[in-house]
Amino acid sequence: MAMRRKGRPVAEPLGLGGEGLLPNPYDLAIFVLIAGVFVLIAHGAHEMAAPAVRLASEPVTLDPANLPEYALRTTLRMFAAILVSLLFTFVVATLAAKSRKAELVIVPALDILQSVPVLGFLTFTVVFFLRLFPGSEFGAECAAIFAIFTSQAWNMAFSFYQSLRTVPRDLDEVSRHFQLSPWLRFWRLEAPFAAPGLIWNTMMSMSGGWFFVVASEAITVGDTTVKLPGIGSWLAVAIDAKDIHAVILAVLMMAAVILAYDQLLFRPIVAWADKFRFEQTAAPQRPHSWVYDLWRRGKVVRRVSPAIGWMAARISKLPLGFTRPARSVRRSGAGRLADRLADRLWLLVVLAVVAYALWHIVLFTRASLSTSDVLTAIGLGLLTLLRVAVLIALASLIWVPIGVWIGLRPWAATRVQPVAQFLAAFPANVLFPMAVVVIVTWRLNPDIWLSPLMVLGTQWYILFNVIAGASAFPTDLREASTLFRLRTWQWWRKVIVPGILPYYVTGALTASGGSWNASIVAEVASWGDTKLRAAGLGSYIADASAAGDYPRVVLGIVVMSVMVVTCNRLVWRPLYRLAERRFRLD
Amino acid sequence: MNTALSALVEVDHVRQLYPKGSGENLLVLDDVSLSLRKDEIVSLLGRSGCGKSSLLRIIAGLMPASQGKVSIGGRDVAGPAQEVAMVFQTFALFPWLTVLENVEIGLEALRVDSAERHKRALAAIDLIGLDGYESAYPKELSGGMRQRVGLARALVVHPKVLLMDEPFSALDVLTAETLRTDLLDLWSEGRMPISSILLVTHNIEEAVLMSDRILVFSSNPGRVVAEIPVTLPMPRNRLDPAFRQMVDDIYALMTARPAGKQAQGVFPGAGISMLLPGVSPNLMAGLLETVAAEPYKGHADLPALAGPLHMEIDDLFPVAETLQLLRFAELAEGDLRLTDAGRRFVDLDQDGRKRLFAQHLLAYVPLAGHIRRVLDERGAHRAPASRFRDELEDHMSEQFADQTLRSVTSWGRYAESFAYDEATGVFSLDNPS
Repeated sequence: MAMRRKGRPVAEPLGLGGEGLLPNPYDLAIFVLIAGVFVLIAHGAHEMAAPAVRLASEPVTLDPANLPEYALRTTLRMFAAILVSLLFTFVVATLAAKSRKAELVIVPALDILQSVPVLGFLTFTVVFFLRLFPGSEFGAECAAIFAIFTSQAWNMAFSFYQSLRTVPRDLDEVSRHFQLSPWLRFWRLEAPFAAPGLIWNTMMSMSGGWFFVVASEAITVGDTTVKLPGIGSWLAVAIDAKDIHAVILAVLMMAAVILAYDQLLFRPIVAWADKFRFEQTAAPQRPHSWVYDLWRRGKVVRRVSPAIGWMAARISKLPLGFTRPARSVRRSGAGRLADRLADRLWLLVVLAVVAYALWHIVLFTRASLSTSDVLTAIGLGLLTLLRVAVLIALASLIWVPIGVWIGLRPWAATRVQPVAQFLAAFPANVLFPMAVVVIVTWRLNPDIWLSPLMVLGTQWYILFNVIAGASAFPTDLREASTLFRLRTWQWWRKVIVPGILPYYVTGALTASGGSWNASIVAEVASWGDTKLRAAGLGSYIADASAAGDYPRVVLGIVVMSVMVVTCNRLVWRPLYRLAERRFRLD
Repeated sequence: MNTALSALVEVDHVRQLYPKGSGENLLVLDDVSLSLRKDEIVSLLGRSGCGKSSLLRIIAGLMPASQGKVSIGGRDVAGPAQEVAMVFQTFALFPWLTVLENVEIGLEALRVDSAERHKRALAAIDLIGLDGYESAYPKELSGGMRQRVGLARALVVHPKVLLMDEPFSALDVLTAETLRTDLLDLWSEGRMPISSILLVTHNIEEAVLMSDRILVFSSNPGRVVAEIPVTLPMPRNRLDPAFRQMVDDIYALMTARPAGKQAQGVFPGAGISMLLPGVSPNLMAGLLETVAAEPYKGHADLPALAGPLHMEIDDLFPVAETLQLLRFAELAEGDLRLTDAGRRFVDLDQDGRKRLFAQHLLAYVPLAGHIRRVLDERGAHRAPASRFRDELEDHMSEQFADQTLRSVTSWGRYAESFAYDEATGVFSLDNPS
């Protein structure tokens, strides 16, 4: 488990530890199911005459006095989404961990859902939520929050599920031995054990979420244009008005918001969660946060925190007993037979739903799509794949050496690591307009020069994971390699690259997943009336969205999901398993 | 009525089966009956894998027995019972709870109100010598202190029976001894709120030192082979001749060949499906050298050997038995005697040792001979490990098959009888030199 490695926790790549490279039939079934849900929603949205909604609130204006309020609105949206994600995590992951039937569906679903381009969802969900709350701003808010939620929830749920499944056997036995109620067991054993992983994943999700909150505030679907008060809408208005000063203001504001989030929330929580690390020896290096130190030392706080503790203790003692029979008490033969029958029945139900979904997909797509559409989408997908591959390779070439250099020098690592994490959280799409201005002014080829925008925000994941890996590299191995006077090339090939590989793969996987997502906003850019397009699957989806062409949006999303899943299965998962098996250092 | 009063725990014809992938189930405990009376300490003594820990968990209600029944205080056990509390080998403390919170957890589950809970927890902490550490986290404590927390946590719920699962085996020698002595003092002074202790151990001296009765378990399947009352007065002295004699007798009992089995039959299974222990060739050579040298000169008394080597029976027995399997030594009556081949091995240089080891390996370890034959017969001299793994798994669990395959790989590599490539999982006759 990543969080139990030495040094800083590293995000566990979702499901990379899993068995098998080829999709099993279950994966395929779940995939069909998810695609079917898209189709159903799209179908529903299509049926509704897309309402030309005028939002009740005042339109977004480029008045600097409004900017703080917009920033606040954006931040609130973010927090609403993280709350929903946490709720989702606790319910769904617990369900998956406790019920085998639920597990069979939920785990592959999470695996696939996290590969689906989040921004593609927006098209359906905006229309869906606007229709749900007609004429009110609330529908659009829900759509934005839902978009952020879909970018966060899956890996959080997966992390929590994995923790619940790997509760140490002796602690499980103690809990059963002393007959802790399920509620007490949750608070004393399961939640604390899962806390470091969940908190780290939540923080990573939140960092990634800023990108989506900016992207989801100003959306156009067919005739419907929604601009929610927020930094994203401010940016959209500024782009339309070609107001570079407003763009710069937005960048500064965003930087201030991220800085506050990083210092006031991210760091204190990571420092606090450190006490839940499952280890029996004290680690030399611990995460620090001045806010957390202040909190622990402060006078007021010393009165407040026992109160919070008391409240938490009350909650954990609520006589709730959602009844769950103790695990691992094996049942009699008859019970097992009944179990197996129930499993079969469950499988039949799942298969029936999958068949229904498949039928719907065929029906939906046959009406408006031809084989050539599919081929076009695949061709464009390959183009975007090429971009992602080249960019990740370039970013790796640049950041791996730098990350290793920094990671091997503790004084540099402690200074740079927070900066890298800050940059990873900074929504790169806020910077897009500047790049577009450059491209427009210099008349550069958009097919090439729009591409770097895809990794602008995601490359930092490579950097800070490599730094973490190099920091955790054992001193004795470094000393040994120094003594043997390995040549530079030898040292890279035999010593450091194998040593940081698990960390690098984690970072590169996150970066490439993020880049696929970013392609939807990065391959299409505008500055006032000037529109720039790079040919690719991202712009295909973006164009289809803007035109309200649901079948093509679904097609684009499905093709992109398939490509991301395939990449994960064929490249990242084998690499990760190789790294884990051969180069694990503990 | 009388038995219900005197016997606190009654284990009645318990059998424990683990389902295996294919075919018949693995028998872990075979027809075990025992009773634990008031005011006694009973040890379950046996080697790892003899099912003694499983038996303890069955008594604790953590897992059900496949057959037979367990009753505590006259009531059948159907789940975790109030009357027992357990101390774990790994301590099993919650790292995110303080010492005090860890001790309180059992009371919390019983919904004892917080003032009372606090009082009782502090009393237990005080009793076990942990005062001053109430607010410490487990990771700040040494192993001995952690096990004291485990003990306090078990005692605070006022159980009738204390179950201890190798409670001292994760501690260093000195710490373990201190903790044993403290526990015995508390016991003899009657300061612990318990009626009896059931101790699982693989340490013979520990069993003789602490218990009123010792139940010796055989392995594969676990079965009570002897019940030995220990009547030596407390506190006991390890150097007392009567103490030494008892330890010697138990060693002899545990190395006695089961009647009707052949010389090589110390390991379960026969032929290529024999379960091989994970003993490295270096360890074998080391033991051979030690036994060949002064003061043993080829003939060593196992208890005398175990002391200076700081090896417990779980470490020493598998090595000795592997030497016996390879015909480098004879094991009987608690003694280890080198064979001629064993003496020759010690005198040879590295290459000579490898050649001799190879001869014995291929001749006396059927699986090694089998792998070598398959490799010789094949044109490319290569065979996937999965092939042999499948053969093994017809007879043993996946885990044991894995261990056996790893052992034979390690021995084959030392003997240079065959090579193994971990990345591809293929055995071959390639010589990487």
